[in-house]
Amino acid sequence: MQADLRKNYFELFGLAAAFDIDPADLAARYRDLARRLHPDKFAARPDPERRLSLQLTARLNEAFQVLKDPIRRGRYLLSLRGVDLGEETDTAMDPAFLMEQMELREALAQARGCADPRTRLAELANDIQRRLAAKLHTLAAQLQQDRSSEARATLREMQFLERSRREIDNLEEELA
Amino acid sequence: MALLHISEPGRTPAPHARRYVLGIDLGTTNSLVACVRSGVAETLPDDNGRHLLPSVVRYLRGAAPVVGYEAIAVAHEDPLNTIASVKRLMGRGVEDVKRLGRTLPYEFTQADSAMPRIRTVAGELSPVEVSAEILKELKRRAQATLGAEVRDAVITVPAYFDDAQRQATKDAARVAGLNVLRLLNEPTAAALAYGLDRRAEGVYVVYDLGGGTFDVSLLRLNRGVFEVLATAGDSALGGDDMDHAVAEWLMRAAGIGDDDVQGGTGVGRLQHPASRDTGTSLYGAGDRMSGATADRKRLRRLLRDARAAREALTQNSRTPVQVARADGSVWEGALTRAQLQALVEPLIDRTLPPCRRVLRDAGLRADEVLGVVLVGGATRMPRVREKVAEFFGRAPLADIDPDRVVAVGAAIQADAIGGNRRDDDLLLLDVIPLALGIEIMGGMVEKIVPRNTTIPVARAQDFTTYKDGQTALLVHVLQGERELIADCRSLARFELRGIPPMAAGAARIRVTFQVDADGLLSVSAREQTTGAESHVAVKPSYGLTDAEIERMLRDSIAHAREDEAARTLREQQVEADRMIEAVTAALAADGARLLSADERAAIEARVAELKVARDGDEARAIKRAVEALDGATGGFAARRMDDAVRAALAGHRLEEFSPSPEPKPR
Repeated sequence: MQADLRKNYFELFGLAAAFDIDPADLAARYRDLARRLHPDKFAARPDPERRLSLQLTARLNEAFQVLKDPIRRGRYLLSLRGVDLGEETDTAMDPAFLMEQMELREALAQARGCADPRTRLAELANDIQRRLAAKLHTLAAQLQQDRSSEARATLREMQFLERSRREIDNLEEELA
Repeated sequence: MALLHISEPGRTPAPHARRYVLGIDLGTTNSLVACVRSGVAETLPDDNGRHLLPSVVRYLRGAAPVVGYEAIAVAHEDPLNTIASVKRLMGRGVEDVKRLGRTLPYEFTQADSAMPRIRTVAGELSPVEVSAEILKELKRRAQATLGAEVRDAVITVPAYFDDAQRQATKDAARVAGLNVLRLLNEPTAAALAYGLDRRAEGVYVVYDLGGGTFDVSLLRLNRGVFEVLATAGDSALGGDDMDHAVAEWLMRAAGIGDDDVQGGTGVGRLQHPASRDTGTSLYGAGDRMSGATADRKRLRRLLRDARAAREALTQNSRTPVQVARADGSVWEGALTRAQLQALVEPLIDRTLPPCRRVLRDAGLRADEVLGVVLVGGATRMPRVREKVAEFFGRAPLADIDPDRVVAVGAAIQADAIGGNRRDDDLLLLDVIPLALGIEIMGGMVEKIVPRNTTIPVARAQDFTTYKDGQTALLVHVLQGERELIADCRSLARFELRGIPPMAAGAARIRVTFQVDADGLLSVSAREQTTGAESHVAVKPSYGLTDAEIERMLRDSIAHAREDEAARTLREQQVEADRMIEAVTAALAADGARLLSADERAAIEARVAELKVARDGDEARAIKRAVEALDGATGGFAARRMDDAVRAALAGHRLEEFSPSPEPKPR
């Protein structure tokens, strides 16, 4: 019954379904949409409009979260292209990457006990950030050229790195 | 018959009579009501010119309860019937109350629901009812000042309030006869008051240390949009705890042990002697009262004196103090600001980790913050200001009265929601403070909506069965940051039935969480292959049942004289009026543009039918007509929303997109 709830996230923002996004433009679009659609603007409107406002704003917020995060945006783009992200069934990964991950995990475990854990954690965080940036570059090219299965593999590696980054955050919080 | 409406210059000429919407700060220690009048948001005073209403309710036998200064004046004389700081009990369960025990000198009992009851001469009362008395008093004050009936309000809550605490606040409003247009987070309200004042842009921190709660929020202000980036806090830390620290010092200084004040076995500091009791009575039985009552009175007096001393030390570096001992003798001495600092330092230090956390969650450094806003009475303390300045590396802003700033912000938002503001660029985007999730195997919590997610939000996740032939699934909804269910707050449990028997892991059960703009959650679960569905608006485990709220409404004085049928009829009429007004306004605005003549005629026919039903005396007929109109306007609503989306994107370049799931050939 309602076109906007069926639109995909890119369409909702009036954007082409592409990986490259200008974050400032995205944020400006989000603010303008939220200003018009938010339930606070619908207090005196008929109930059907109030319900739609809630649903649409909930969708808008979710869409904004997905589109502004490169990993989530990449995954969403692949799902729009009909690529099965099937994490549970397919666990094969590049052995070289897995080796790097094991080293990183070991380094994290050791960081806890070292003399200056904060500095060590900051180093590791920088390292991860650098690798994420490189992968992001690769991912953009892969998605641009519709090399979907390669993009999928890159995204999975980025998720691993992202998880390690969060672990460092948690460790730093523990130390604080 | 029709009255002429005169709109103020520069204001939206309303299609209907201008409606006041109140902004209410329902605080732990003090509450306020504010309203925008002639374009200015201001708190409303009582007959004596006092703006604050102490959040204290004294219950009397056979008479209406007394709220505010009058109640506080006798709090130490009648401690069992004089309820203060009830906000700390909102949405809390019996176990939570036991933990808070030392700050609560009343008697508790447990009712059928998990919500604790306070035993008073006026009966056993829930915290919701006590809060409702405060709200009623504020409503009375507003109606007297504004000379108009008031129905709608924006009520503030600590950003860190969980679902149960928010629901309890909304229930209290309902009992007080107020319609809540929005539960607004206190720091966001404060930011609104400051931001609009200064036309500020950039990232601001709101540090809110109130009587019983601490909140810190990080916001980005951008062309009228107030976007909360992160929030953290402690819903059981505030000025009350400082008073307790001072009271304990006073007792030590006067040479009285805890036992002397408690007359008990000395099980905990300032804790009531019976608080360890198990069974239905949490805090001991009435037959022990005579000695215990005297103790409670002394405890109340001690806490009152502690607060007075703490407040005096905001201005002075030294203040005289005295303590009456049980034997009638009096100890006299002095408390210095340095001593006070040492006493409260550990409490202030507890506010710093949340400050660090909001920065981390938002991915910002302290030096990227443009300003720090102080809210809450406890931020008047010089030591609090020093610590905050030190942490953020800049002097905090406190030029709006920290006691009133939240109510003023709430009034601004109330005015905007009520449709009275001209620049409708103003928008508040709040977040949920704590992750929401469900229980999975092994007593673990799977988070579905992480903390600091902008609301409203809807998010779904798929789960599956773990046993062959499993036909039902228990969905246990929790809120909190920890991994184990034991460390999170249980919000609700419900069952999804009718799953077709399948091998373990074959069913696809989609659980959808929807959080509205008030931060309130509803959850639905749906089995994807059969469509078996279950939906709950989360009624918190610690909340009230609808039947309980109904009873409170019946019991409340405002409704005492009307029978239930008459009240139901009136509620339906109010609903009908609201609907007629809203649809008429929508037709006037967009009917000609978005509807064909036939479509418009169909809606107008439903409006006409509703008007007829509304003037009748049959509540069910009104309800049916409301539903019919609701159904008839669905398509119109969708077109108006599409229109709103187009208008929002009008200033932006629209890109071409391929709607098909297939990649576009390049």
